[in-house]
Amino acid sequence: MAQPAIEAVDLEKTFAKGEVRALDGLSLSAEAGTVLGVLGPNGAGKTTAVRILSTILQPDRGRASILGHDVVKEAATVRRVIGLAGQYATVDENLTGRENLLMVGRLTHIAKRDSLVRADELLEGFGLTDAANRPLKTYSGGMRRRLDLAAALVGRPPVLFLDEPTTGLDPQGRQDMWVTIEALVAAGTTLLLTTQYLEEADRLAGRVVVVDHGKVIAEGTPAELKAGLGETVVVVGLHDPAQARKAAALLTGLTESAPHVDGSSVELTGRAGPRVATEVLRTLDAHAVEVTGLTLREPSLDDVFLLLTGHRAEAADGTDGSGAEQAALARAMAGGGARGGR
Amino acid sequence: MTIAVDPALAGADADGLLARGRWLASDIYTIAWRYIVAIRRQPETLLFTVIQPVMLVLLFRYIFAGAIHIPGTSYVDYLMPGVFVQTVSFGSVSTAVGLAEDLQKGLIERFRALPMARSAVLSGRTVADLVRNLGSIVIMTGVGFLVGFRVQTSVPSFVAGLGLLLLFAWTLSWAFSLIGLSATNSETAQVMAFPILFPFTFASSGFVLVKSMPGWLQAFANNQPVTKVVNASRALMSGGPTATSTEEAVAWCLGLLVIFIPLAVRKYRRTA
Repeated sequence: MAQPAIEAVDLEKTFAKGEVRALDGLSLSAEAGTVLGVLGPNGAGKTTAVRILSTILQPDRGRASILGHDVVKEAATVRRVIGLAGQYATVDENLTGRENLLMVGRLTHIAKRDSLVRADELLEGFGLTDAANRPLKTYSGGMRRRLDLAAALVGRPPVLFLDEPTTGLDPQGRQDMWVTIEALVAAGTTLLLTTQYLEEADRLAGRVVVVDHGKVIAEGTPAELKAGLGETVVVVGLHDPAQARKAAALLTGLTESAPHVDGSSVELTGRAGPRVATEVLRTLDAHAVEVTGLTLREPSLDDVFLLLTGHRAEAADGTDGSGAEQAALARAMAGGGARGGR
Repeated sequence: MTIAVDPALAGADADGLLARGRWLASDIYTIAWRYIVAIRRQPETLLFTVIQPVMLVLLFRYIFAGAIHIPGTSYVDYLMPGVFVQTVSFGSVSTAVGLAEDLQKGLIERFRALPMARSAVLSGRTVADLVRNLGSIVIMTGVGFLVGFRVQTSVPSFVAGLGLLLLFAWTLSWAFSLIGLSATNSETAQVMAFPILFPFTFASSGFVLVKSMPGWLQAFANNQPVTKVVNASRALMSGGPTATSTEEAVAWCLGLLVIFIPLAVRKYRRTA
């Protein structure tokens, strides 16, 4: 049987003298040439797992290997075969785009001439040729993120880790990043991608593991994960929580899964959203329950969590992503993210 | 998209000791290069490196020279070694701030995942500091000559004095690396660094005679490294007995290096 390109077995890691349990027996694996999505809210342990797999941190317990090389005992070898791009663009503000890539090339022990050729190749590939000789300070957020990804690819690593590559990007930036990642995957890179967005995992990953409180709570293909969810979430707004509970009782049986009461609204997940919505209005109207709002939306990470754990994704509001982005931004600004350890 | 990914191992190093030494030197050079390029593009570092030293020379020369009389020597000649030491001391704050910033921004994180020598991050930084300090000292010497500073000994002796200043500067780089790595962000690094610097640089023989200080302060001023280094470089540049003072100054530097290099390296390894 082929050795997985990325393998982690029962990883445990605590921070703050054991107070914070970031990883609690996390196991995962990815075959060579595949994309594994690691889906979870802020603080689930995704970044800690990536940092252990990329040799930055050592696990308290458990083991992990990349292309068969142990991340602790053979860290030096592992560093030659991996690329890492984080949710914070880890590039030097004062250097130009080309200088940043040259620096990474030299530190990857590629000859200077080859490093320069590689830098120009990557700058072109990422549409940064025009900005190549400008200091990073003048780059936009999306450009920095692209350069960060380019820096991860300098050594042509066969295994790539992308930690929330689109967190904080605008919709266009996210779209561009997806296209880029798809090109990498098509070229045969083994990719481990962490994300808070179900949509992103759905689009990019062949297999997904859902992480909560430092362990994997579900795994499968994106289709399998979504199968239990249905395709549309119908959100019904009501006057108050009492009305919401009354409505939930009335609407039970309308969809495969039970209605979920959240404050003064009720959520139903079903395969045929518009039809469910029509039924909802008809039923509630018949019982003289006044509806104050009605929304149809795609299932999100939050819904996956609700389904799997019965609780919402903590610390992140997965329904529209903006809450999570704000949280990530706040952490970046507070400076805790880069070394805070989750 | 022209990003082909080659499954062959990237940058596979030869494992020979010689090859490893060569890559270590290359890594140190690359890290040092990065900081030196950054000096030109960061107004605040440029201020530390060029403008502040010039201002210090001019301010001390024209403000204190009239008020302070040092028997047997002109105040400019007395002053310059003090200004040199103060400049390299204050400059080391940027070592702490720079490293704290690199940690904060996640750059060190990237370095840790690269096949580079781990020790190169700190050594590269301290080498860049040496280059920066050499630049500051050359500029200050030039300005010093313009306002009346003269070497009273010999050129080799003066050069030895500069060498001692650079050794002290390198020592401080290691000490302040430790502060930078211990700080949670660059502002904290700065706040931590200055209160350490002020008593050492001012309660020293840098600008005034220690004899003019109250007795309890003399005890401190006479027995701390800044005074030792100032005295030795003053002897080497402006005359006086050099042997004992130089030995003491070098001993202080080496002693501090023996303490701070391992502490900084250990802190770097543990800071994740």
